[in-house]
Amino acid sequence: MMRFSTLIKNPADWMTGGAAAHGAVLTSRIRLARNLRRQPFPGWAKREQRALALELMRPSVEALSVMKDAFSQELSDLSSVQKQVLVERHLVSREHAARSEGSAVVIERRQSFSFMLNEEDHLRMQAIRPGLQLSSAFEALSALDTELETTLEFAFDPTLGYLTTCPTNLGTGLRASVMLHLPGLVLSDQIGQVLQAVGKIGLAVRGLYGEGTESLGHLYQISNQSTLGESEETIIRRLERVIGQVAEHEQNAREKLLEDDPEMVADKIGRAFGVLRHAHIIDSKEALNHLSLLRLGGTLGFFPADTILLCDSLLMDIQPAHLQLHAVRKLSPEERDAIRAQIIRSRLQNLQSSDTCTPSAGEPPSSSQPANPPDEL
Amino acid sequence: MKCDFCDTKASVFLTQLVEGQMKKVSLCETCAKERGVTDPTGFSLADLLLGGISGELGGMIGGHQPAGGGKVCQACGFTLEDLRRVRRFGCAECYTLFREEITPMLRGMHKGASHVGKVPEGLMALQFKHQRLQDLRSRLEQAVTAENYEEAAGLRDEIHSLALP
Repeated sequence: MMRFSTLIKNPADWMTGGAAAHGAVLTSRIRLARNLRRQPFPGWAKREQRALALELMRPSVEALSVMKDAFSQELSDLSSVQKQVLVERHLVSREHAARSEGSAVVIERRQSFSFMLNEEDHLRMQAIRPGLQLSSAFEALSALDTELETTLEFAFDPTLGYLTTCPTNLGTGLRASVMLHLPGLVLSDQIGQVLQAVGKIGLAVRGLYGEGTESLGHLYQISNQSTLGESEETIIRRLERVIGQVAEHEQNAREKLLEDDPEMVADKIGRAFGVLRHAHIIDSKEALNHLSLLRLGGTLGFFPADTILLCDSLLMDIQPAHLQLHAVRKLSPEERDAIRAQIIRSRLQNLQSSDTCTPSAGEPPSSSQPANPPDEL
Repeated sequence: MKCDFCDTKASVFLTQLVEGQMKKVSLCETCAKERGVTDPTGFSLADLLLGGISGELGGMIGGHQPAGGGKVCQACGFTLEDLRRVRRFGCAECYTLFREEITPMLRGMHKGASHVGKVPEGLMALQFKHQRLQDLRSRLEQAVTAENYEEAAGLRDEIHSLALP
């Protein structure tokens, strides 16, 4: 059995690959909701019924070949900081983290698959991949779902599809979502327009760490809403098409900004780098927004290409629970701001920008970067 | 602007177009967290609406209450009153019992009213088996009527082999 410290020690597989190929698309996630046919749904079940459902499911999930040497814990055996770290890594939902006895989580060792047992539904399984890979993530997760069907009888109705606790998940039980980094569209004031267009076709848009359109870190999540009446493939194909278009708009916006006002772009990125490199106290909002600009600088060739991955892992590591885990104790917000600044400074220590903070000669722009990240990452 | 759920100042604003209709919800930090709006694993506006902000979907459940008011799920004891309160179902059987009540709700939430997509393979095999059994039974009946006992015996054996687990 894998220990928590071992699981979390390394960045997830999806945090360290593919980012160079898709500057605007960080991750793709697929979630499937399933329930046992003969057990009451977790929220309605009595304590002993929940325990029974867990007993029925857990061996099947742990027996999945992909879950060899996985991390498997009942929520009651995790500390609140540990739970919060899993939330920050997107491995369990906020709701699930609030549960304790009778609920469990089984996480594949590279953090690509995470199964929540007795969440709102009996089983919420998730696959995460770097870049835009919804189809392959779905295929991989669906194969695990099929494997589970040989030992677990899932609630299914020919008309309503997979039956879920909440009717908003009926049918496929599928939630496909993509995390996007859209600084170009924000800086060029096009973000509202683009997001509105996305909303018009029934997709949900949310800022990751903030609210409204002024999302923190210029990070946005786009996902499907409807789960009934369309096949998984149709839902995913539409989402992938829309994401492809948004990513293209973002790319165009970045190129146009650089063409129209290179001084402004260089100034913003240079200042962000300066603050991150030298600040001793930084709250998470300020850090996220500056890291976003630094990441943009990486995609525009102001910094080496591996800056993108550096920013992506910092994005995770400067969150409150990750900081507390790092410090091995509870931190006051003031202490967090100091430790956050310290971590950022040390990670950026060796980062070099060209003196003029413009793309250096021979440094290819993001669109023509090699698809594979360099080996040393 | 105030939160739609309590009187605290709202700081989370959601605007969404569902099938061409604009839906707006304002929430305070606490309510947003409680309702999973800030949860990265995805939330649904329909889910929030079910909670009775706009009367539309909430009203549908309420409006149908007299029709299904007396029904109690035999499997788990769930009632329509419970649905209105927790906005979730009790078990898989509830969907059969309250089918009539939930069908109008689904229209506001989803692209369609019937499932298209993955079907559990085991279940497909089971459906196929049921169909095959039905077919064999009617052939057995015909064989018996026609006094073709040799064929009937063969069919009976086949039925037995299918019916046993």
